[in-house]
Amino acid sequence: MSAGLEVTGLGVQLGRAQVLADVRLAAAPGSWTAVIGPNGAGKSTLLRAVLGVVAHSGSVHWDGVGLDTLPRRDRARRIAYAPQLPVLPEGVTTRDYVALGRTPHRPLLAAPRTADRAVVEETMARLELGALADRVLTTLSGGEQQRAVLARALAQQPQVLLLDEPTAALDLGHAQQVLDLVDRLRRTDGLTVLSTLHDLSLAGQYADRLVLLAAGRVVAEGTPAQVLTPDALRTHYGARASVVAGPDGPAVLPVRD
Amino acid sequence: MRARPAACLAAAGAVLVGTVLLGVGVGALPLAPGPVLATLADRAVRPLGGSVDGGLSPVQAAALLQLRLPRVVLAVLVGGALAIAGAAYQGVFRNPLADPYLLGAAAGAGLGATLVIAYAPGSGAVPVAAFVGALVGVGASFALGTAAGGSSSATLLLAGVAVASFLAAGQTLVQQRNAEDLQQVYGWLLGQLGRASWSDVLLVLPYLGAAVAVLLVCGRALDVLAVGDDEARSLGVHPGRLRLLVVVAASLATASAVAVSGLIGFVGLVVPHVARKLVGGAHAVLLPMSLLAGGAFLVLADLLARTVLAPAELPLGVVTAFVGAPFFAALLWSRRR
Repeated sequence: MSAGLEVTGLGVQLGRAQVLADVRLAAAPGSWTAVIGPNGAGKSTLLRAVLGVVAHSGSVHWDGVGLDTLPRRDRARRIAYAPQLPVLPEGVTTRDYVALGRTPHRPLLAAPRTADRAVVEETMARLELGALADRVLTTLSGGEQQRAVLARALAQQPQVLLLDEPTAALDLGHAQQVLDLVDRLRRTDGLTVLSTLHDLSLAGQYADRLVLLAAGRVVAEGTPAQVLTPDALRTHYGARASVVAGPDGPAVLPVRD
Repeated sequence: MRARPAACLAAAGAVLVGTVLLGVGVGALPLAPGPVLATLADRAVRPLGGSVDGGLSPVQAAALLQLRLPRVVLAVLVGGALAIAGAAYQGVFRNPLADPYLLGAAAGAGLGATLVIAYAPGSGAVPVAAFVGALVGVGASFALGTAAGGSSSATLLLAGVAVASFLAAGQTLVQQRNAEDLQQVYGWLLGQLGRASWSDVLLVLPYLGAAVAVLLVCGRALDVLAVGDDEARSLGVHPGRLRLLVVVAASLATASAVAVSGLIGFVGLVVPHVARKLVGGAHAVLLPMSLLAGGAFLVLADLLARTVLAPAELPLGVVTAFVGAPFFAALLWSRRR
């Protein structure tokens, strides 16, 4: 078993539908892997299977340890998750929300300890949430909420960060802010990031490697330049697009007939 | 801006003590707070050989200890239990319309009580039948919900709706076939504390105390549940198990309350919302706040129920809705601006 995240033979069946089949991917420590693919390809399900919240076949290993064999709290200290549509509890302040990330590190029924509070404050400061700490979460803007969700996941002090469409609700500027932030964090903390991203140009610019899913199977895998080809976009997305080389990676340009 | 949680809880505790003194003091025989406290202190230290002067006369003391105090204590217990159970239900189901009667507790208790009133009148078994009926209602909802779809909260809610309407239909049927008992059944359904005694307090205290203790301890865990099942799992929590524990505890508290007071509406639905407006949504503070506020609210409601048309009494459930609804509407309106 190698270091980093290793997924082999992963399959998920929901009812009669085979949502994922024989998915294999490997992510080196500190790398950013983006899962791309058309709607319904199984991107979110892949993330949730890696997280261990949907029943699946195959195995998920982190640094040679099978994540499914770990007690749930141990797993939660290694791997954190920010869903596409996070449930934001009513009437809870940003600080209290971020503090939930400490749950796997402290007794479930006890009050947060000083060390936990220190991590929460430090995480909020890094994500520039300090001024919003006492605001009620549901009153923040979309971009601020996304940062709060990220802060909650980072307060878990994980080694792997799963991000399901972290930019889905954001405009381009805020999307870039969040992705820059994730990039900075993984470089300073050595965090391994596995994210879904529907914006292919952003995926091409931020991720080290892309995994293209179609109908539950991995159909292409490699560097952004290897995966993002007009052929692949036509075959799997049914899209007409040209791929242009940008300074930070390939960018996808839709074209008309 | 919100005040600090500890200050809010302390203030709510002080309000509760104040309403208790008001509740035991007001009535056909007024009792002043000073002598009331002196009498209670005297009773407390007498087993230790001490005594406190300045208490009530023997007649007044008897009224206090045998009539007023058990009734007020029961109001505190019932109101607090319903409110904390409501807050817990709203938390686990992530639904602001959830209340303690949601999963068939009320319908089951109603059926149990109606059966006893109709077929075993005078047996004194109404509280036990109501208690068992409430637990049967919730248990049936759980069995149905689990059989249908595991531990998801939506399935459980729908199972609760099915069980509640089935039991309510049974209750209506028994009631219609025994029309001569109609008034007694209605009296029970609308809630009352008029026959409260120390034996009622002792009957429910063990169950109620245990259930409330579990709920208070689970406060922080409920905050984790509030972010959704997937995220709760990603934080290392088993949402199904936690939800089961909280719902069982909340249902036990509800069944205990219903057994001795009948169906008192509104408290379990609205007091948690009022508490949330005051202290925010963090359950570690919200649950104790609901407990204190629910107790104080029901003491005041019961005070109105027995004084407005004295010597006649209004049904307590009517008073809680009559007083509570406009108050809640005003609170919603004032916070909008």
